[in-house]
Amino acid sequence: MSETPKDAAVTIPAQSAGARLTKDAAPGETLLKVTGLQKHFPIRKGLLQRQVGAVRAVDGIDFEVKSGETLGVVGESGCGKSTMGRLITRLLEPTAGQVEFEGKDITHLGVGGMRPLRRDVQMIFQDPYSSLNPRHTIGTIIGAPFKLQNVTPEGGVKKEVQRLLSVVGLNPEHYNRYPHEFSGGQRQRIGIARALALNPKLVVADEPVSALDVSIQAQVVNLLDDLQQELGLTYVIIAHDLSVVRHVSDRIAVMYLGKIVELADRESLYKAPMHPYTKALMSAVPIPDPRRRNAKSERILLKGDVPSPISPPSGCRFHTRCWKATQICTTVEPPLVELKPGQQVACHHPENFEDQAPQDTVLLTAAKEAAALVADEVLAESAETSAAVAAEVETASAEAEAETDAETASAEAEAETDAEAATDAETASTEGETPSKEK
Amino acid sequence: MTELSKSGAAVGEPTGTSPAPSSFLEVRDLKVHFPTDDGLVKSVDGLSFKLEKGKTLGIVGESGSGKSVTSLGIMGLHTAGQYGKRKAQISGEIWLDGTELLSADPDEVRKLRGRQMSMIFQDPLSALHPYYTIGQQIVEAYRTHHDVDKKAAKRRAVEMLERVGIPQPDKRVDSYPHEFSGGMRQRAMIAMSLVNNPELLIADEPTTALDVTVQAQILDLIRDLQKEFGSAVVVITHDLGVVAELADDILVMYGGRCVERGPAEKVFYEPRHPYTWGLLGSMPRLDREQQDRLIPVKGSPPSLINVPSGCAFNPRCPYADIPKDDLTRTVRPELTEVGSQHWAACHMSQEQRERIWTEEIAPKL
Amino acid sequence: MLAYLIRRLFAAAVMLVVIVMVVFCIFFLVPKWAGVDIATSFVGKQADPAAVEAVRQKLGLGDPIYAQVWEFFKGIFVGRTYSGGGDVTQCSAPCFGYSFRSEQAVWPVLTDRFPVTLGLALGAAVLWLILGVAAGVLSALKRGSFWDRGAMVVALAGVSLPIYFTGMLSLAIFVFGLKLFDGQYVPLEESFTGWFGGMILPWITLAFLYAAMYARITRATMLEILGEDYIRTARAKGLKEQTVIGKHAMRSTMTPILTMLGMDLGALIGGAILTETTFSLPGLGQAVLNGIKTQDLPIILGVTLITSVAVLVANLVVDVLYAVIDPRVRLS
Repeated sequence: MSETPKDAAVTIPAQSAGARLTKDAAPGETLLKVTGLQKHFPIRKGLLQRQVGAVRAVDGIDFEVKSGETLGVVGESGCGKSTMGRLITRLLEPTAGQVEFEGKDITHLGVGGMRPLRRDVQMIFQDPYSSLNPRHTIGTIIGAPFKLQNVTPEGGVKKEVQRLLSVVGLNPEHYNRYPHEFSGGQRQRIGIARALALNPKLVVADEPVSALDVSIQAQVVNLLDDLQQELGLTYVIIAHDLSVVRHVSDRIAVMYLGKIVELADRESLYKAPMHPYTKALMSAVPIPDPRRRNAKSERILLKGDVPSPISPPSGCRFHTRCWKATQICTTVEPPLVELKPGQQVACHHPENFEDQAPQDTVLLTAAKEAAALVADEVLAESAETSAAVAAEVETASAEAEAETDAETASAEAEAETDAEAATDAETASTEGETPSKEK
Repeated sequence: MTELSKSGAAVGEPTGTSPAPSSFLEVRDLKVHFPTDDGLVKSVDGLSFKLEKGKTLGIVGESGSGKSVTSLGIMGLHTAGQYGKRKAQISGEIWLDGTELLSADPDEVRKLRGRQMSMIFQDPLSALHPYYTIGQQIVEAYRTHHDVDKKAAKRRAVEMLERVGIPQPDKRVDSYPHEFSGGMRQRAMIAMSLVNNPELLIADEPTTALDVTVQAQILDLIRDLQKEFGSAVVVITHDLGVVAELADDILVMYGGRCVERGPAEKVFYEPRHPYTWGLLGSMPRLDREQQDRLIPVKGSPPSLINVPSGCAFNPRCPYADIPKDDLTRTVRPELTEVGSQHWAACHMSQEQRERIWTEEIAPKL
Repeated sequence: MLAYLIRRLFAAAVMLVVIVMVVFCIFFLVPKWAGVDIATSFVGKQADPAAVEAVRQKLGLGDPIYAQVWEFFKGIFVGRTYSGGGDVTQCSAPCFGYSFRSEQAVWPVLTDRFPVTLGLALGAAVLWLILGVAAGVLSALKRGSFWDRGAMVVALAGVSLPIYFTGMLSLAIFVFGLKLFDGQYVPLEESFTGWFGGMILPWITLAFLYAAMYARITRATMLEILGEDYIRTARAKGLKEQTVIGKHAMRSTMTPILTMLGMDLGALIGGAILTETTFSLPGLGQAVLNGIKTQDLPIILGVTLITSVAVLVANLVVDVLYAVIDPRVRLS
């Protein structure tokens, strides 16, 4: 939280393009900062109900959300993405770590302390059927935040609610109707109107479209888009659907077993994913194109299931299913470091980049089995790109030494030093390059 | 089954059965209606299609388009869970390998269920009985149609579990469904549905409840198994990605009717119905450059009690005013052939649709 | 599972102590506040103060309440000695004390009456289970039909008609009108047919009430289960409808019925007060009713304790049966 808004605006280009000012945070300023966030749900057993373990739903994650941007969070069920959403809106109490909103530590605020913040942080839920009270009219539902916060909007609650209804594309005349009179898509709009009532700064949406039909999904996605443009909202959108997340997000965090394995801006992530899990995840999405069916060799099939978050694998949590895993992956947990500007990865042997632990080349037996499921073309291509990137880094760092203006090359140069000190990557400081991820 | 073919030969009977078709599965003018307090729900309202062995048909549609009811109708399960007077009304013809199912003796149809035709459901956790082991459930499915002792049936169950890729099948056969992960459960469900080597497999949203990486595994498995068993497969889904992966032919349903049907390539590359365009435009795609905006279909799916007159899609169709004389709102469009093996039900002329697709829609996708 | 059972047993024991203490408080403190003296009422109104004092000492009524509770529990497990006013009474375990009214030991009263109530409850339970579950299943399968509506009307009547009404009615018809039974309780040891003849009307009366409740819950559960996906799967496998209903649906339907049965049996063993009174059955219910009428604390305490134990044991049995039926409970 040390950087000034000006710095941030300069050094983080393009990510918040299109967003306008929120009430008082400049675009690009850090709105939400999460450090070492953990949530363990205890498991009790036996005669005395002693705690015998914990579900490590969220197990130490760091990220920031800048004002006006959309952070997408993807992952499979059980990766902790929903828990994360509930932690940052403080619907759950974190086990450890820190959540800062606009520079203020809100990690352990009580209900009373959170009350003013509830205006600024709102949540949209997945199920538009169960999240609206069937016995209240939508006027009451959308107007409820005003009552709870003791706010009287200009022109009265009713007028404001009707304005909100028209903002989300519903007929303001329907003020007195009940939720059951609306379709799924319309209910999700009601949920959005409720979330917008107090003019929040941050909206956390947990699977906002996954319960909706395809044609309705697009309506809601476009609505979220428009609202961001008009109101300068900041979103954290949690979803399992990678295509939806790509469409809505500026930056994307990929979660696996309670950890962020990759955090990058959209283009980098989808063009050149670095974490093998990200790559597998994206290749698994069925492509709506029958001509590509026979070219399915690019698909990476992961074997088995996600391990239990009660006793996650040692070292890198993905090593049990990864086709690139070596000895180091079982022992040393790879830290999330910025390998390329705007692309943080937690991996010893990243894709599309230079190997972070090149000394460790012997594949685990499990990795060999996993590799059997990956097409040879993919393996070859992956080796090729990694080699190419490595070569590029060599030359780039040579240039960097020669030239004084290291603006563009510094990241790679830094990545190289990083590679040399692969196991001790805590030192991967980014020295003013991007002010974002230092503790 | 053989003695049943008499109903197939009975041309001109009051039931109106026509000669047995040459296709393995043929559905003719299928209608499934459910009487309710609010009115008659016309879940399926005149659906016809054919399917050969070894081929896959993808039925695509949104919730309430009638796609699931169609599959239940074929299986004879449309009345399942319904007790009392208000039973579903079903009419039309369903021919499976020369047998007309709707006019056949219900007990004969029951004997075909699980043996000649079987089904995979969306949510394997709720589709498996929580109180019986996976093995018991597969054994039951096998012994219903095969006169073998329990030991032999259990061997068969282990064999099937192994085939669908469940590790340590001889141990896992004694596990309960809740001890399996979601993907494993769906594998077990597939093992159960294939235990009798059915010739027709209906998969109703087989991967919707699963994670992406698991979905990829299951789609792969279904494809491999189809190659191995040579069965006909009907995949029902809302996900165009899934049909593109699996289906040879695609049938798009809207409001209980088929609006477009054809080979997968045609439906994806030369769609001839505005609703199909809408589906394609609504979907963010990973395989393309980032679109600026999605092109949603306005409005919501129709109520199946008050299906709009004329073309059911007319209130949501941006081109509803192109055909003259208010045709879209008054006359129900029939499926017309728009290419080889490719049909669509739209009042716009072929040329108009071709022009709109190539000039207005395709470039934006 | 074992740890779970041990925990449940422990909780049950604590529960029993709490129940006894509450009953103690009610019956000792309330009269005190109301200005009624128990010792006086034990001896009789015209007793001389010395006799009252002797009784007070002998029964330990002057002791603090925790001491009295302790003595009571000690009596159950090791027996206790009553001494006061020079005369000593030894009461061997299990000692539930002496009735204030008849001065009889309570334990033999309980053991005498328990079989009557047990016979009544078990017999009625068998009857209502058969009737209620069968009616419920049939109603569910023929939902909306004449049979369904008829059965549910009868069930509604069963639930809402009080036992003393249906009991009196059946007595009037079968005993006094048709003279089919003589309406007298005969212990089982004396004659089976006599016992059976005496019990059949109470059974039917009690079962009518419970069968109605069971029919309703069976119908509701069955309808819910029939809508489950796994029932559809069972049909998709090609199973016969009998197997689908009788095996797959019934097994799931049994779970809530079993829970109810455990609770109901537990409660009934403590005494079916209305039924026993209506049919003059010498069971626990009748005893406790008389105890309440005459403020006979030891009897009430004894019956309450038996009832509580019965309810708790029934619950434990239900828990175990639950685990047998539902593997998800067994394994977690």
